[in-house]
Amino acid sequence: MSAYGISLVSIAGINVILAVSLNIISGFCGQISLGHAAFFGAGAYAAALTMIATANVPLALLAALIMGCALGIIVGFASLRVRSDFLAVTTIGVNFLFVGFVRKQGWLGGEMGISGIPATGFGATGNAIMIVALACMTIAFSLYMSRSWMGFAFRAVGEDESAAATLGINARAYKLAAFGIGTALAGLAGALYTFFTQFITVDSFDFVFSVMLLAMVVIGGVGSTWGVAVAAVGLTLLPEAIRFVNDYRLLVFGGMLVLVIRLAPGGLAALTRNLFARGKRV
Amino acid sequence: MSAVLELDDVAIQFGGVQAVGGVSLAVEAGEFVGLIGPNGAGKTTLIRIIAGLLRPDRGRVMLAGADVTSDPTATRVRRGLALTHQIVRPFREMTVLDNVVLAAGVEHTSSPLRALLSIGRRRESERAAEILASVGLAGTERKLAGSLPLGQLKRLELARGLAIDPKVILLDEPLAGLNHTEASKQAETIADVHRRGLTVVLVEHNLEEVMRNCRRLVVLNNGQVIGDGEPRAVMADPVVHDAYVGGGMVSHAES
Repeated sequence: MSAYGISLVSIAGINVILAVSLNIISGFCGQISLGHAAFFGAGAYAAALTMIATANVPLALLAALIMGCALGIIVGFASLRVRSDFLAVTTIGVNFLFVGFVRKQGWLGGEMGISGIPATGFGATGNAIMIVALACMTIAFSLYMSRSWMGFAFRAVGEDESAAATLGINARAYKLAAFGIGTALAGLAGALYTFFTQFITVDSFDFVFSVMLLAMVVIGGVGSTWGVAVAAVGLTLLPEAIRFVNDYRLLVFGGMLVLVIRLAPGGLAALTRNLFARGKRV
Repeated sequence: MSAVLELDDVAIQFGGVQAVGGVSLAVEAGEFVGLIGPNGAGKTTLIRIIAGLLRPDRGRVMLAGADVTSDPTATRVRRGLALTHQIVRPFREMTVLDNVVLAAGVEHTSSPLRALLSIGRRRESERAAEILASVGLAGTERKLAGSLPLGQLKRLELARGLAIDPKVILLDEPLAGLNHTEASKQAETIADVHRRGLTVVLVEHNLEEVMRNCRRLVVLNNGQVIGDGEPRAVMADPVVHDAYVGGGMVSHAES
């Protein structure tokens, strides 16, 4: 595979992990987060610093996972305090706070970012294989979770917290769990991104990227692991395949988002389901 | 002490208004207690205190001997308190069966970690189907809960309450909004639930059904218990009479 192909696969894999993990928070548990890029970034920086200090790949992955999770649980506590629409606003704030904070920190490279991060030693192909493997594991985990009692309880909490409480479900604990798991995976994606680029700047983790991730979730179908994974791959490749989409990326994604919400609220997942249902009937 | 649910001098004030002013009440295992009172008597506030949605200013709420005054709703449910809402709150996007399966799986959902490690739900599905049949909802299992009419949703509330396998079930106006036929069917189901050994606390406006089914009647007025005992004796008490009902309603209930 060409170097270009390998980098496309790597980015698509990272985006799949990000979109599927956001789907755990926003799709399964109904907590709309518009700051997922911040946890991605926290993981990337944690991995970068760990790599510079130790050049130990498993340690960097672990550091990123823990950093994403810790930050996520802190933000998760906010989700216990605010209603869902305000949570969206709060998480936007968290994203801006993250970018604003990192920009001013000399030890995080400030505006210039961190460069010269040691390579993993796996080569570009090795990195891509690791990314695809972890993306597959994320999808498998998400599918498992959706079928488990946790996914069941998440759906209840997402739909009606107080009704869930009357069934003995501690909505606070579940919301924190959703944030902790989803953001830990975002942190993991951050580490993979760091391995892939070996150079990070805070601009890669801005609010616009968070919106793109949420667009992947909505277009794929809120709550559907497969739909979201397919949308993540599709929306990563589309700008590469069509020049126009690349030039007007935000316009095209924004337009698709509006169209999906207006015409097919269930996203790709619901469209495919309907297609199959219709096929069976004929 | 065999009280399943016990209130000990519970009081709460809202901006100078004493909504509940020192209510003590012990519900023994196996009882069928009706709780009535005119609008503004403090019934809803008392239910919210029992459910854990309000913290009383003073007093204690005990479930099966354990003090749960500062515990949230979910903890109380796990200690054996089932609650049904006056305004039905099904998970509309889930099937009727799933609504009850989730309740039947309280063991699995006790903590997120435990829930993540539990997968199978065949046993819960079977139990949920049995419970649905027992409240007269057989055949609706695969429908979306949001598509049921109100009469069936009221039954679904009851089914979910039963599925958590409670020690006591607190029913908040389970007959409200139902027509006469539906209401008497629902009341019959509740009486049946009691016959099978469950302790029932029924908060209801429909005095006719309360008088017919309850073995004990508690009357609340101005945040105080003004009557407590055998339903007919309580209703005959002039204090209850004056504060709450006119003579017409008692004779209506008796007829």
